[in-house]
This record gives sequence, C-alpha cells and structure tokens, in this order.
Amino acid sequence: MSIPASVNPPLGDLHAALSRAESRRKWRAFTLTVPLLVFLLLTLLIPIAALLMRAVENPEVIKALPTTVKALAPWDRQSQPAAAVYAALVADLSHLPDTADAGALARRLNTEAPGARSLIMGAYRALPIEGDAEAVRQQLLDKDPRWAEIEFWQAIAKNGTRWTPDYLLASVDLRRDAQGHMERMPEEQRAYGGILLRTFQISLIVTLLCLLLAYPLAYWLSTLPERKANLLMIVVLVPFWTSILVRVAAWIVLLQSEGLINTALLDIGVISKPLELLFNRTGVIISMTHILLPFMILPLYSVMKSVPSTYVRAAVSLGSAPLAAFARVYIPQTLPGVGAGGLLVFILSIGYYITPALLGGADDQMLSYYIARYTNVEVNWGMACALGALLLAATMLLYGVYRRLGKTDLALA
Amino acid sequence: MKKSLIALASLSVCFTMSARAEDAITVVNFGGANANAQKVAYYEPIAKEGVKVTAVEYNGEQAKIKAMVDTKNVTWDVVEVESPDVARGCDEGLFEKLDYSKIAPKADLLPSAVTECGVGVFVWSTVMAYNGDKLKTAPTSWADFFDTKKIPGKRGMRKGARYNLEFALLADGVKPADVYKVLATKDGAERAFKKLTALKPNIQWWEAGAQAPQFLVAGDVVLSTVYNGRIDAANREGRNLKIYWPGGIYDLDYWVIPKGTAKKEAVYKFLNFAMKPENQAVYAQNIAYGPTNKKALAKLDKKVLGDLPTSDKNAKEALQFSTAFWADQGEALEKRFAAWATQ
Repeated sequence: MSIPASVNPPLGDLHAALSRAESRRKWRAFTLTVPLLVFLLLTLLIPIAALLMRAVENPEVIKALPTTVKALAPWDRQSQPAAAVYAALVADLSHLPDTADAGALARRLNTEAPGARSLIMGAYRALPIEGDAEAVRQQLLDKDPRWAEIEFWQAIAKNGTRWTPDYLLASVDLRRDAQGHMERMPEEQRAYGGILLRTFQISLIVTLLCLLLAYPLAYWLSTLPERKANLLMIVVLVPFWTSILVRVAAWIVLLQSEGLINTALLDIGVISKPLELLFNRTGVIISMTHILLPFMILPLYSVMKSVPSTYVRAAVSLGSAPLAAFARVYIPQTLPGVGAGGLLVFILSIGYYITPALLGGADDQMLSYYIARYTNVEVNWGMACALGALLLAATMLLYGVYRRLGKTDLALA
Repeated sequence: MKKSLIALASLSVCFTMSARAEDAITVVNFGGANANAQKVAYYEPIAKEGVKVTAVEYNGEQAKIKAMVDTKNVTWDVVEVESPDVARGCDEGLFEKLDYSKIAPKADLLPSAVTECGVGVFVWSTVMAYNGDKLKTAPTSWADFFDTKKIPGKRGMRKGARYNLEFALLADGVKPADVYKVLATKDGAERAFKKLTALKPNIQWWEAGAQAPQFLVAGDVVLSTVYNGRIDAANREGRNLKIYWPGGIYDLDYWVIPKGTAKKEAVYKFLNFAMKPENQAVYAQNIAYGPTNKKALAKLDKKVLGDLPTSDKNAKEALQFSTAFWADQGEALEKRFAAWATQ
C-alpha cells in the first residue's frame, strides 16, 4: 500500500515549513517592537551619538582659516611665525562670508587662549589690510601688539584639525601643550576631577541615606494590610508628584536660620545659635534625600511584598534568634530591591542640578551645573558635550561594576 | 444711515485689529521687580499705540537665542541681555544691527548705551548692602567687607567670579580706575583669588538676584553684594536695607533683536516708545535703575534721583563694568573660580 506524498510529506519539507512559519512569527513580533526601536533611536541613541560627536568636533578653525593652518604647518611652534602666516590669516579673514563666521572662530580660539576673541574680532574689523606679507604683519602688530604673543598662534596651529581630543582631555583636567604632548592642567585650572569626585560623593551619601530611611519604612509598609499600606503609599507618593521647585522652596522655609527647624530647636533650648543648614552641603543632602526617597521605597516595597514570611518563621522555629533570622534570611532576599533602588537613586542623583544650584554653595555644585553653564551661559557646546560624555562614561562604568558585583540583571519589578 | 456708519466703523476697527496681529511682539526680560517696572512703564502703555507686548522671562541663556537663530525659528522679538553677551552675540551674528534713526537720537543717549546690536535699557549697579535695622557699625570701605574682625558675620556674594574679583581687588587697595588693568595680569588675578580665599569660610553664595536681600532681611548675612534695584524693591516693601555706593560696579542691560524676527516694524515702534525720556522716567520711578536717555533725568525728582546708580553722588567712586575684559577672560576666570571653590 502506497501513501500519497501529499498526505505524508518527507521530513525535510515539514522542517522547512515549520521554520518558515516560525520566522514569519518572529518577524511579526519584531514589527511590533519597531515603533519602540524607532523611538529609542530618535530620542536616545541619535542624541547621544550627536553629543559624543560634538565633544570631539572642532570645525571652526579649519573652516575659517584653511590657508593659515597650512602656512603654520612647518612652524616649530616656539619662534615667531613668519610674515607669510600673518598674510595668510588676513587673507582667510577677508574671505569669510559673514561676521558670524569670524565670531565663531573668535569664540573657539578664546576658549583655548583667553583674549583671542578681541584679537580676532579686532583684526576682522580692521579689514581690509593690504600690502605685502611684511606690511600686513606690521599693520596687525600696530593694531594690537598681542599678535606677537605666540600663544595665540599656537592655539590656531593646535586646532587646525577637524577633530580634537581637547574638550575630552579638559574634562579630566588634562591638556595638550604647544607641541601636542599631553600634560596636566595648571593647578588653578584643575576643576573637573574634584567636581566629579564631589558629584559621586554627594550621590553616594544621598543613596545611603535613602536606603537607611527607606528600608525600615518599606518593610513596615510590606507587613501592613493592603488597605492601610495603600493609604500610606499615597503619603509617600504625594511629595513625589509635587514639583521639585516647590519642594526646594519648602526646604528653604524649613531650614533657613530663622526657619521652622532652627526656631523650634532654639525654643526648646537644644541649640544656642541657629544651625547652618542651608546654602551648604547639609542643605543639598537633606533636600536631595527627600526628593529621591520614593525611588528607593518603591522598588524595596515591591520586592519585600514578594518575600514569603514563612522563611523567617521557619528560621526562628529552627532555633535562630529573630534578629539573626532577619539578617541572614530576610535581608538577602530583599537584595535585588536594594540594588535596584540604590542604582536608581544613585544614577538620578549624579545628574542633579537644580537642587544644588538653589540650596548649595559654590563648592556644592555637581557636574551638571557646569554642563548647564557651558550650554547656556558660555555657549561652549563642545565643552558641555565633553562633560556630558564624562558623566555618561562614569555612569556606564558604575553600571558595569554593579552588574559584575550583583551578577544579576537590573530588576525593577 | 447713522447706524450703518457705526457698523461700518466697527467693522473697520475689527479689520485693523486683525491686521495688527503682527504688532503683537514678545519681549524677554529677567523677571522680578525689574520686569514689573518695565511692564508699567513700557509694555502696558504701548498697547494704546497698537503694539501688544507679551512678556517672557528667562535667565540670560544665550543658548536659547542661538538655537532660535540657528533653526530660523525666531519667536522672541526683543530680548534683554547683559553687556558681555551683546558684543559676543553681535560678533557671532545672533542679533540684528540696529537702525538708530528709528530708535532715538544718539546724542540723547548715554554713550555706552549705543552699540551696534544692542541699545542700553537701563543702568544698574552691583553694590554692597546691609540691613540698617540689624547692623550697628556701617561699613565704610570695601576692605570692611573682607574684614570679619571689624564686622563679624557672614557675607553674601554672587556665585561666580564676576564682580567678586573686582571687589576683592578694591578691598586690597586697588583704585577703581586700575582694577581691570591689575586683574588682566597673572599676578592681579592671583591677588584677587587670594583675597577671596581669606573670606571663603564666611561667604554665603547667592544664585538669583532676589536671594541677596532675603539673606539680609533674614539676618543670614550681615553684608552682601547685591543688585541695587533689589534693595530698592525690598525697601518699597518696608525694609530698611542700606547701600554703600563707592566701589559699586555699574553696567547696562541692553535690548537686542534676535536675527530673523518677522516683526521688525513693531519692534522699532516699541524701542522708540521705550527710549522716550518721559517713558524712561516712569520706569526709573518704579525701580531704582538709571535711565539711558539723558533727558529723562530732568523729569525725575530728588528722591528718585538719590537712589539711582547714575546720580552724581552715587556714581562718583563707582567702577564701570568692563565688557571687553569679561568677554575675553570670563570663561577662563569662571573655570578658575570653579577650581578655586573645589579647593
């Protein structure tokens, strides 16, 4: 008896049909995630790529002064540059299509050599400057004797490339000297190392304080009956939903030297003169801890809810002291919550800006304050992006360490 | 007949009203007491002349203007900017070049109010102030500000290098006329930072202009650097804050037109209105900032004049803020300040 091939196909065909159906299903599933991927690409990956690019981009000098850069190539960067270089500079400046291009050049060079702004704009305004190379040189020097200072020429020569490591180097307090060798920034310009350290310090303290406050609270909430727990959860969440500015203002009212806390303490005689709680590190840490506390409570609470109470009971009934049972049985089971909450609070606090700006002194500002400053006030976006990249790198590094130590994925649920 | 005429008239009014949609301009200021004075003196009265002003506040972020001009999506028509930003933005092509024939006769304005891209709006000053109700020994020099033995207590200072370095040099005995000459040298900057270092534990930094008078009123600090208009505003609310004028650093704020605004005609109408002496006088009556139109001074009484940074008595030993110096050295000095604060 023969069986028709159509009813019982060879095994190979079945396999192919199956895998076809499988891959169709996979594609369909993938198409469902496309909107999310596009969204991530547009709002996260492209901006980060643009940020990283801007941190190394250096188009101003080479765009505005192409012949000057060429003329400076053979220069030893120590002696006085040749008159031909002056002539090339004037030629380049007179070819600029718009004042704005001179302005961009002046701004770029000024960040390298303070004073270059007025030097470049002065020369640009003095155009046309005519004559042979020597005459041009003399006219520039007559206009502004600072043209004889080689610092400015070094800045031009150093920035004659489309890409530069200078912003990134500056973000870790390094720089290239005139010859292109790496060296540390001079003492009085060494800022970001200390600021980065301070940023991590504040974030770490805030994370620890949040953990200290949130752990007992979340534990207590997780043991309450549902209705009570929900009610108290709202109390936790109301400040979470309030604008940060309002909360910062409220802390000013509470903490200032004639504020509620100081007057209360003075009245009951605990202190004899007001404590300094504001416009220093204390104020920043108090307020940041308050603002970030819900981010610690929520992951802890959700993990603690899922920990069965039977384990601790079992440990106690087997003869463990209650405290030891808590420490050795309960706490290890809540570690995913501690990790998730800690990471969340730490990463959020690294980027904090408005709270330290309003409640801190000059030495309490975190890295984002300077990023905002370079973006908004100095309009030096290269430096802002380099500091942003530094913050990004530091965060990634920490996340890597966390993964390594915890050997688990980040679990928020 | 009469009725239809009225109907026609009201119809034409409607048309002119709608035609005037382009006479609605956005004017950007720094907020606070100053914004209120501008509202009373300029924004509200000019509505009668057919220009509707919408006021917007900002914090001096030039990045916002740059973003608008770069993307050719200019929604701000007149922006108040601080002096270093006028020259910088003008160089970088962010602002329109001004046509003074449509604003005011140049001869009527203060010389420093007339620049290529910005017209001076008012003169303000950063001064030393104290609470007359709380401080018994009034300061008599900038050296007193840095002398915590003579006047014990905290000092309020603006977070940043600007103004503070100048004050430090004044306290160290540099004459107002020489301050920027000294500060431009390496030793001079060193000297200024050193003077600040000695005071550092006693400094309470302020970020926003309104904080300084609050510090003084609350008694958090005994002396503070402060914008003089903020003191005036606090005193209008019944405080007794006093200003020490010598060594104050005066400067102008400017109005600029971001490049590419579609409403130039209305903008010039606004600038012309606001630079008129009678309107500038109304402004000065509402906040103690000096008018930039010299003719406005004649319209002010003695009491108002006495509080202005431009009056002869107050300006006698004052220092003019050097835009050129800060445009060149600002970024480096602010970074140095950040490094200094970390130490």
